[in-house]
Amino acid sequence: MIEAQSLTMRYGGRVTALDNLTVAVEPGVIGLVGANGAGKSTLIKLMLGLLTPTSGTVRVFELDATTEGEAVRARVGYMPESDALPPDLSAAEFVTHMARMSGLPRTVARERASETLRHVGLYEERYRQIGGYSTGMKQRVKLAQSLVHDPDLLLLDEPTNGLDPAGRDAMLTLIARIGEEFGIAVVVCSHLLGEVERICDTLVAIDAGRLLRADRIDAMTTQQGVLAVEVDEGTDILAARLADIGLRVAREDRLLLVPLESDRTYDTIMQVVADLELPLHRLDERRHRVAELFAQRTGEVAHADK
Amino acid sequence: MPTSDRGRGAAGVIHDIGYQRYTGVRLGRDYAVRSLYVHGVRTVFGLGRGPKAKIFPWFSASVLMLFAVIDVAVRAKTGTLPISYLNISRDGVLLVLLFLATAAPELVSRDLRNKTLPLYFSRPLERTDYILAKYAALVTGVFLVLAAPMFVVFLGGAFSLNGAHAVWREFTDFLGGLVWAAVVAVVESAVALLIASLLRRAAVATAVIAGYFLLTTGVGQAIGAIIGSDTGKNIGNMLSPPDVLEGLKKWAYRIPFTDIGGFGPAYLTVTVLMTAVAVALLLVRYRRVSV
Repeated sequence: MIEAQSLTMRYGGRVTALDNLTVAVEPGVIGLVGANGAGKSTLIKLMLGLLTPTSGTVRVFELDATTEGEAVRARVGYMPESDALPPDLSAAEFVTHMARMSGLPRTVARERASETLRHVGLYEERYRQIGGYSTGMKQRVKLAQSLVHDPDLLLLDEPTNGLDPAGRDAMLTLIARIGEEFGIAVVVCSHLLGEVERICDTLVAIDAGRLLRADRIDAMTTQQGVLAVEVDEGTDILAARLADIGLRVAREDRLLLVPLESDRTYDTIMQVVADLELPLHRLDERRHRVAELFAQRTGEVAHADK
Repeated sequence: MPTSDRGRGAAGVIHDIGYQRYTGVRLGRDYAVRSLYVHGVRTVFGLGRGPKAKIFPWFSASVLMLFAVIDVAVRAKTGTLPISYLNISRDGVLLVLLFLATAAPELVSRDLRNKTLPLYFSRPLERTDYILAKYAALVTGVFLVLAAPMFVVFLGGAFSLNGAHAVWREFTDFLGGLVWAAVVAVVESAVALLIASLLRRAAVATAVIAGYFLLTTGVGQAIGAIIGSDTGKNIGNMLSPPDVLEGLKKWAYRIPFTDIGGFGPAYLTVTVLMTAVAVALLLVRYRRVSV
């Protein structure tokens, strides 16, 4: 669905926002993660044809976003990162106007605006002026305007920006619903990996304009399972014995972490614990959080909160 | 509209009829531009907005309309028009300016300030479409506030004048007035919109537009006074859009006993240049504006 080929973007010939990025993703809920300034927003603007790449190409729905931007934009919805709403219009009026800008006839535009506002949870308040809305409500209006013309792809730039934890959860749930139930492909940009990994089925990580990794999220997590073993006593003895039989053991406080290399690892550990007659407190598989995968490659992505 | 219950399961809300894909017509770029134009004309008159947005446009329009009422009343008594069709833009110059200076920022400064442009430009319409639709909306607004009183004067004349010949002459005067209203609208809107497009704050943009029109008139008069003679006056008139237009009007409509001398073609050239440069800069401005 989206294909970037050697995509490079320099601003004013000096700042390199994207550096020879090649990536292809299939429809679904796609997380685009990276620290601030990694090139996420630039990539999105290139996909919309709002920017012309310095070199390379980006194709969306097999259309060249740079030369066939109009056709791409007809099928895409965009939610920018910054505030983008006129305070003196009501949400209903503004979203209707934006629907018409996307080519929906007048009456249909009004109907779909109400529908969409209902879907994002702003039905009762839709005739109030946007200026009086909370940040969370404004984010919902921004989402509604990107969704009102029923695009095939939504590009959401930091949709949880400025929201409190409850607001973030609600927004993420909504985005997941759009992807799963509405059947619309979604690209969610975020500098918070932990947030998007929950709802994405594909993850694209970029750092300093380069591709870090792009893969389906299940491929990223299952390969890297670890078993967490905790015994009430004899942790050291157990660690030594496991190391002896060739397992790579890591300590984390009272926990021993053993990479889950095959199904037999589990049985092996059980056997060793039983042989040593140690009181087993817990033995469970811990899904490696995607964050840890990236943390090994770059310290930035996982906890770049700024 | 048919309903589907695709969304019912997860949402768990009884009233939720689920999301429906839109399969109807999509009217594309031309329609979007036309819609933006209509939206712009409404914006110019504060329609679909609060009462505050209606104060200035309707004040200007009302006072200009008052001119027409006075015209009709005076002509009924004396038989002559105190303010001719062509002079409504001159005698109401401040009202037109007030209208322009408040409407142009409503059209463009607000979108800059509110950062709404990315939402437009991520849709099929192009940057050029956007600004030309806004320009057309402002031209329409200015034209309407000038043309409406002319229409009233004409109606008053049509009912009170005697003889087909007089009514026909009145009609041609009226048409001449409409053409003139269109010229004023095209020229002054371009300048006002360019200024507004460079300023994010609507109040500042209003002040700068008004300041530009008034100051250029003032400076022009000073130049005229310094140089002295009609030549000096005509040179001074080349700065301010309303003054240039006055000169052009005297020449184009062959108004007798004027002081424009041989400056007629110069007025025409300056008018065309002023408009062309303003529109060109507007297009450049919106090609460059970052989103």
